Amino acid sequence: MLLNWDLISGAVVLGIFTGGIYALMASGLTLTFGVMDVINVAQGALVILGAYLSYAVEQHLHIDIFLSLLITMPAMFLIGMLLEVAFIRPLKHERTVFSILVTFAIALVIEGILGKIFTTNFVQLGANAWYVNQSFKIGGTYVGYIYLFGFVLAAVLLAGLYLLLYRTRFGFALRATVENRTAAQLIGIDVERVSAITFGIGVSLAAAGGMAFGATQTFDPGSHYDLISRLLAIIILGGMGSLAGAMIASIFMLVVFNVTSVVYSPTWGTVVFFVLLSVVLLVRPQGFLGRAEARRQ
Amino acid sequence: MTAIKLALLGLLLAVAIVFPHLFGNATVTLVAFFALLYATMASAWNILAGYTGYYSLGHAAFFGIGGYAMAILCQDYTIQGGYGAFYLLPVCGLIAAAFAVPLGIITLRTRRHVFVVLTIAMLFIGQLLAFNLLGLTSGSNGMILPLPPWIGAAYNIPFYYTALALLVLTMSTSFWIRRSRFGLSLMAIRDDEDRAAGLGINTWLHKLIAFVVPAFFLGMVGATYFYFQGQIEPQFAFNPLDDLAMALMSFSGGLGTVLGPVLGGLLIEGAQQYFALTSGVGGNYLILYGALFLAVILLMPRGIIPTIAAIWSSYREKRNDQQASASPGEASNSEALGVAEGTSR
Repeated sequence: MLLNWDLISGAVVLGIFTGGIYALMASGLTLTFGVMDVINVAQGALVILGAYLSYAVEQHLHIDIFLSLLITMPAMFLIGMLLEVAFIRPLKHERTVFSILVTFAIALVIEGILGKIFTTNFVQLGANAWYVNQSFKIGGTYVGYIYLFGFVLAAVLLAGLYLLLYRTRFGFALRATVENRTAAQLIGIDVERVSAITFGIGVSLAAAGGMAFGATQTFDPGSHYDLISRLLAIIILGGMGSLAGAMIASIFMLVVFNVTSVVYSPTWGTVVFFVLLSVVLLVRPQGFLGRAEARRQ
Repeated sequence: MTAIKLALLGLLLAVAIVFPHLFGNATVTLVAFFALLYATMASAWNILAGYTGYYSLGHAAFFGIGGYAMAILCQDYTIQGGYGAFYLLPVCGLIAAAFAVPLGIITLRTRRHVFVVLTIAMLFIGQLLAFNLLGLTSGSNGMILPLPPWIGAAYNIPFYYTALALLVLTMSTSFWIRRSRFGLSLMAIRDDEDRAAGLGINTWLHKLIAFVVPAFFLGMVGATYFYFQGQIEPQFAFNPLDDLAMALMSFSGGLGTVLGPVLGGLLIEGAQQYFALTSGVGGNYLILYGALFLAVILLMPRGIIPTIAAIWSSYREKRNDQQASASPGEASNSEALGVAEGTSR
């Protein structure tokens, strides 16, 4: 097969842009794990829920999808806090494993509710917005403006998250909780409050990711299975609980996916990624930047 | 005590055997068939999750592999529908188990949540391969399995007995494992893997066997399921909902017990099939299912059987206490004994 370097460089650029969007969704997931030892399998369904909220705002209030985030992100923050208080907090023993089961059930309920409200037809966000329909030339290929804008949105929000984590009092409390939950409790940090807020932040980042996801491709209530399997793979590859790892892994995964798509075939992109994931985990079970906890019992 | 239990189990088995003759209605036997199949799946899943403590959310992949093995074998050797196809079930189970060996070696390098996530990845890789290996699986078009010759209400009966046989086989294996030295080693791994290894248990081999045995049974269940359905498609063969179903049934019945997952499977799948047949609305079913799961985990985290057992034993304790206080003579006797023991020491 003749390799077309223009196509490949275009695929790399597209991979970096979409990788940024995935980093947005995965950062919430890995942050929640770091703080609470909880794996939120509903993150995929919450991304889709965020996308549908933006869709509803766009359809009924006729607001630009980027501006719709001003409504959907606070709403999803509250939903996240409620979910944490109602379903995650009561879990006392074997928290990680039970959180997977509970959030899987939450994902099913969300999928069922979305299916009833929005039907199971595929929809796409911003169908009439210029940045969704127009593209610009980079390297040798055309890339839609929405990918660039989505990447910029991700960069801005992740920078905001960085400032929140490393420059505020709450950020100190959160990072202390990641380091050692019991010790954080002993020095007077209200870890339950930190947990609820962290979960809310993760879910509101899912809403932003969902908007970008819904504008770059069509989706339906059942899209979350595919999404969550990719997000879990990303945070495992990056190292559970590591924010930087999640970002690196997102971009790595999407670049691999896009390059495989143009060089070989789109249907094999995900398979190639999962195979690479398995190889990486055989050598390094804790992922790129994770601490060696994967083998600890 | 065990004699009573055995007699009860024998009675249940007898009821299960005559059941389709008492209730010949095709809808009833259909629901019963699915309930038995899912009880078998939960019972098999419990061998890995309940005894060994490794919660696999990817074992439904072996259900799909078994189904595809059945479809491909029937196609390649032009096997006609009928009783003969049931002889292929052990072959399908062995094929699924053969896939489970390398997958187990890879995934069992990790523990706890990383293992859970890797098994989820395993399921989706299976689904993607089923979609993409067009030469083998015909991709999203799916494959047709041979049509059995039985017509009407009689169609369900052979499948019902096959499912019953699979359930008895899986339950016996599960029971035997729980009572054996091998099962004790598995439970030691569940409680503290490093200590188990320190005590000289070959944890690698034990975990691998506990991974492969359920895959064997799930392969046979998948083959039966898709032979019954008459067709197989990737999204139904590799369905994450099946993994959730096995987990839900085991958890609600009582993880790590022999009877719990079977009870959970019979109750939940029976109820779910009944809902699906009577209401037939997709969204409602998902909401009900998720809500039921949430309720079980939050209200009865230990499952139906252990919760009932705990209530029963606390009730018996209370009754014993009441009897003891009702007859002061005995109480003082035992007190006297206690004192005597105390002084003799």
